[in-house]
Amino acid sequence: MPGEKIRVLIAKPGLDGHDRGAKIVARALRDSGMEVIYSGLRQTPEQIVQAAVQEDVDAVGLSILSGAHMTLFSRVLELLKENQAEDILVFGGGIIPDDDIPALKEIGVDRIFQPNSNTSDIIDFLKDSIVGQATDEQ
Amino acid sequence: MKHPSQVDYQRDLGDPGEFPYTRGIYPNMYQGRLWTMRQFSGYGSAEETNRRCQFLLEQGQTGLSIAFDLPTLMGMDSDHPLSEGEVGKCGVAVDSLEDLEIVFEGIRLDQVTTSMTVNAPAAVLLAMYVAVADKQGVDRSQLRGTVQNDILKEFIAQKEWIYPPQPSMRLIVDSIDFCTRSLPAYNSISISGYHIREAGSTALQELAFTLRDGIEYVEWCLRAGMAIDDFAPRLSFFFDSSNDFFEEIAKFRAARRLWAHVMRDRFGAKKEQSWMCRFHTHTSGYSLTAQQPAINVVRTTIQALAAVLGGTNSLHTSSRDEALALPTEEAARIALRTQQILAHESGVPDTADPLGGSYFVEALTNQMEEGARKYFDEIDAMGGMIEAIEKGFPQKEIQEASYRYQKAVESKEKIVIGVNEGVSDDAPLPIKTLHISPELRVHQVKRLQKLRAGRDRQAVDRTLAELKEAAQSDQNLMPFLIDCVKEYATLGEICDTLKEIFGTYQEPSF
Repeated sequence: MPGEKIRVLIAKPGLDGHDRGAKIVARALRDSGMEVIYSGLRQTPEQIVQAAVQEDVDAVGLSILSGAHMTLFSRVLELLKENQAEDILVFGGGIIPDDDIPALKEIGVDRIFQPNSNTSDIIDFLKDSIVGQATDEQ
Repeated sequence: MKHPSQVDYQRDLGDPGEFPYTRGIYPNMYQGRLWTMRQFSGYGSAEETNRRCQFLLEQGQTGLSIAFDLPTLMGMDSDHPLSEGEVGKCGVAVDSLEDLEIVFEGIRLDQVTTSMTVNAPAAVLLAMYVAVADKQGVDRSQLRGTVQNDILKEFIAQKEWIYPPQPSMRLIVDSIDFCTRSLPAYNSISISGYHIREAGSTALQELAFTLRDGIEYVEWCLRAGMAIDDFAPRLSFFFDSSNDFFEEIAKFRAARRLWAHVMRDRFGAKKEQSWMCRFHTHTSGYSLTAQQPAINVVRTTIQALAAVLGGTNSLHTSSRDEALALPTEEAARIALRTQQILAHESGVPDTADPLGGSYFVEALTNQMEEGARKYFDEIDAMGGMIEAIEKGFPQKEIQEASYRYQKAVESKEKIVIGVNEGVSDDAPLPIKTLHISPELRVHQVKRLQKLRAGRDRQAVDRTLAELKEAAQSDQNLMPFLIDCVKEYATLGEICDTLKEIFGTYQEPSF
């Protein structure tokens, strides 16, 4: 609903412990007025989706630098579908080569932010996508 | 009034090879021996890593540096549920001694020096390395190389841990003690700043936290009854080389001066080799952009030059496709050639510390030293590095610095070519990036099944039980680990056994 804060879960799936980007994104989103939950490290896709559903988030952002992005994004999307939570936006970043982005989009990832992305682009993307959604529902 | 560049030559600089080693740890530096060209590599299967190592050695690399995949780094086998999607992706998958034997197939361990970048399960990988040597018939005293083995910077920055701080430090002390007695030519630890810097710290924080970690390791070894001049000569360090150019050179010089004083004055070491800060440098991965990757070669060259002017003893130059994937063979070759050009064409190695005496560089070096000492005092006042980590101090410093940096780039206070200036609107030329097949996990799992079926299960159980018992005493665990790996106990089995005694680490929230 318009006026309500956008709720975002920033998550670190898989074994990767590099959280510099995830923490920066979480903080930037918070500073822009969103409600942000940071999952902490080494979460399974199951834990992430459970948190997303429980916290009733509008979007889930995955940070993956280990090369396991195809597997992890697929699994998260699968689980969101199983939990009737397909309306949750899925985005992410980390070390994701250009080649893999089309495939990720195809399985339902809404947007990938590669290294050196501007946090304001992420904020704009979320605001545009989520407010747009809310407006459609009215 | 004292000018910021003012130095007393004998007291603050010394000749290269003279205390406090500001100008270099050897009198003739690169004229006597070039830095080791040690490119970090490893991916996929042991066979693929073996091939890449052979390729790099053929191309003129002078030392090996092995990268392991995340399951291995976390002490997990390739068939662990959490290994799904991760096997072989950011390094080689090592599930048992068998994999490491394949990595070194055709490479005799007394003919090359090898660095193994592994931390939480470092003692186990070291045990495997020794076992490979034993099987090759190489005398342990001939082994030269390094194992990273630095858990403090994991707690601070890279966050690949298994056990809580106390047992983690115990494993490190055991491995340092073992190396001191049995692997006298081997560097028992590579006390690292690279990861701290890449996580977003400033150059000063990188310097200060790394050396303070070093102080912590020395204190623990001394408490365990080791004699300082026995182990100190084989402690080594690992720094980043990032932007900016002169600050990095000053950082390297300050590191040597600081460590020399720490060892001689704080710890009373008497041997010269104990005073020397020997280090490897890795050019910054974070500074390399996904945008216009070809220009990353320029960045790496500048950073490599800073490391050489700073007197590094070993160097890795990062590849142009760093921000996209693991390096292709071509990208890896260009990175190596960068070092070779610096070494053989630039003339820079012909003089030790050529920037010594520059007002600017001496002033910066003094500043770095002063700043690092302030951090030492602050951390000492907290009770030490482990206490500081428990309070979240270095982690918060890094988080703040990384956020400040991001804001600076976004506000264009800091320019990054290709990102906020010099942006190319043309579609990027597609560059080939390396892809790791998901088939690898299947392959590794099959190999594990075969291994488990073929080994002496009773011997595995026995050695694991002996390890478990030893973990509850204060015996050095290295011999027990070597016994386990020789029976082909898997990395996961060994690490899980230790988990039963040591527990697992939970990061405090702050």
